[in-house]
Amino acid sequence: MSVTPDLDRRTLLRRAAAAGLLVTPAAGLLSACAGSTPDQNDDNDAEKSNDNPFGLQDGSAVKVVIFNGGLGDAWAKEDQAIFSAKHPNVTVNMSSTQKIKTEEQPKMATQPSDLIMNSGADLMDLSTLVNEGAIEPLDDLLAAPAWDSEGTVADSLLPGTVSDGTFQGKFFVVYVAFTVWGNWYNGALFDREGWAPPKTFEEFFTLAPQIKAKGIAPYVYDAVHGYYPRWALMASIWKSAGKQAVVDIDNLKENAWRAEGILPALEAWEKLVKDKLVLPGKLDHTQSQQAWLDGKAAFIQVGTWLKNEMAATIPPGFEMKLSDYWGVSAADKAPKDVFAGAGEGFVVPSKAPNKAAAKEFLRAVLSKAGSAKFAELTKSLASTKGSGDNVQDPALATANELMKNAGSDLISVKLWDFYADLDKESQNLSQELMAGRLTAAQFVDKMQAAADKVAGDSSITKQTRNV
Amino acid sequence: MRHGVARFVTGFLALPVGLYLFYVVWPFLQAAGYSLTDWGGYSDRQQFVGLDNYLRLFSDELIRKAFWHNVFFLITVPFFTIALALFLAFLLNVGGREDKAGIRGVFGSGLYKVIFFFPQVLSLVVVAVMWQQIYRADGQGLINGVLMKLGLVSPDEPITFMYDPEPFLGVPAVLWWLLLIAVWSGAGFYMVLFSAAMQSIPKDVFEAAILDGAGRFHTFFRITLPLLRDTVSVAWVYLGFIALDMYALVFVMTPSQGGPNHASEIFASVLNFTAFQKGQFGYACAMGVALAIFTILLAALQLRITRRERIEY
Repeated sequence: MSVTPDLDRRTLLRRAAAAGLLVTPAAGLLSACAGSTPDQNDDNDAEKSNDNPFGLQDGSAVKVVIFNGGLGDAWAKEDQAIFSAKHPNVTVNMSSTQKIKTEEQPKMATQPSDLIMNSGADLMDLSTLVNEGAIEPLDDLLAAPAWDSEGTVADSLLPGTVSDGTFQGKFFVVYVAFTVWGNWYNGALFDREGWAPPKTFEEFFTLAPQIKAKGIAPYVYDAVHGYYPRWALMASIWKSAGKQAVVDIDNLKENAWRAEGILPALEAWEKLVKDKLVLPGKLDHTQSQQAWLDGKAAFIQVGTWLKNEMAATIPPGFEMKLSDYWGVSAADKAPKDVFAGAGEGFVVPSKAPNKAAAKEFLRAVLSKAGSAKFAELTKSLASTKGSGDNVQDPALATANELMKNAGSDLISVKLWDFYADLDKESQNLSQELMAGRLTAAQFVDKMQAAADKVAGDSSITKQTRNV
Repeated sequence: MRHGVARFVTGFLALPVGLYLFYVVWPFLQAAGYSLTDWGGYSDRQQFVGLDNYLRLFSDELIRKAFWHNVFFLITVPFFTIALALFLAFLLNVGGREDKAGIRGVFGSGLYKVIFFFPQVLSLVVVAVMWQQIYRADGQGLINGVLMKLGLVSPDEPITFMYDPEPFLGVPAVLWWLLLIAVWSGAGFYMVLFSAAMQSIPKDVFEAAILDGAGRFHTFFRITLPLLRDTVSVAWVYLGFIALDMYALVFVMTPSQGGPNHASEIFASVLNFTAFQKGQFGYACAMGVALAIFTILLAALQLRITRRERIEY
């Protein structure tokens, strides 16, 4: 054995390899931050007319990106056919993906797609898009004549669609689906047992022991994605405390979380957990939905895309029915308001090379023909009026009925679109409350603290809602 | 003639070096540049803010939490992975019965080598998806299912793995469960690495030790481990990088990517949230640069501490 000089070939190779690996953990993270300088682009618009309100150039091309999630993407191909029938010389390059942000965000500052359906778990944060001026206001789309009906595009939309897509006084996001949220149950089972779906927590707590006696868990929810339980929590707060309470919360008003009616709503959820009325375990959305379809739980809360998402595994004889979210008791301030609104939003990037075509394509999506196909293929309502009129789907019919009996307002919550910090915090705390690690009072304290922190942070652009 | 060779080699190297500079080094520099701005990530609007972003790092509660979670992995991932890999490598190479055939591994060691190496072949996301089923938090999960059949876990209270922030030894349980996956998926590779190093140790060294009456314990700690010092040190550095990353596992496995309620937040998950959800790319780039500096310092420190005279046989 002998002692060698410091550097031999093996050591050199090892060090080289070490240096190569050295940069790997940071490399992905750092390069994710990098971008490059933008290109200038100009719209070479053609003559504008009533039939071609945005001056779409014949022979141009438009790149459309569709989110391929619970609603699939078959409906978008119908819209493409409608669009191409009118503009045969415009090339439509349509692609679909589940990774909207991953694929589209890096292109936003340079060469974005013309039309992006910004949806799913991997969506681009809306308030950032608006604050950065990265997306185009679409007020001219609202004012344009509708594709195949009387009046303007705005006239053809369901209530809530315009306000849901409006940020800082301008219309930015075209939501194409109209979603109704609530508690789903198996109509066949409930008829057989003679149960009626409860309207309030009071009624639910009376019914729950009967459900439990049959060996069924009264409730199941998606415990993985924090926004699922949050929908139900916020709906109960709205019903119990009334609309103004939620508007104040969204506007970061001082002590908004301590308004009358909010704590009782959260205490009802606390009791639901404490009384062990939830199916044991922590399941994600499809696992919990399957557990519900398998008859392990009586109620599941989710939106109207449920039927389409689970279409392959619905057992025979299972009647999917939608009932309203629960308020607290007969003393609720807004017991009839339904959690519904426009969802699945399209945005047009400010730097899109062919904005005229993007807007024209949206006009086709919002057409009567397009939205009827949408409702038929997705078993969900479109945000265009009358889309569900000719659809004979029992699950969709219960959603329709719920909407007909709805109160004067639709429940809508903005804080998660307004502020990413509150979005994350409210998801986390909802999960903690549902896991029984947080009491209702602690939830209120922590949400109030988070809201105060955002209110006092000057690096965050503030937003407000009036309606 | 020699001159021609140099030009020939340079010609071949220019392209890869150019690509490397453009796709690796340039983005690094860009990120460092962005870290001094308030860029939001979706536009070309940005303002120079100097070192504000770096100062913010020090008062950011979430970053502090994430930092300690990273430190936890930095200590545990290399330690447990190397310990397990060494143990396995020793058994497979010199742990077998001592008879006249000389030094060898336990029975069937060739097969074990393949099996233990297997996780290395799978992509980390595949590993994560597989472990989601193993960790599934109801009776249909592999672990929960078996334990429920054995009556060790009540069906009403399954083990919740990734959803469990309760501290175990002062560290959220979810981190320990993540650690288990990281060690499981890494040990095989380092076992092979250590096996190769052990095989390069001359058999007569072991034979001499055995003749002198050394048992397995002494053979390992007095001979094998000291002679593997170099390899272990490099492995430690590599594992340190893996521990500082951990991003894929946290992203795929944990609720809200860092949850429940920030219990598994790490540097990379906070960075991802800051950049892509909050739209504060400048600040996120500052986090990235800070992490890179930290990594480089750590590697330099580690290699320096373990530098020592080398034995050649």
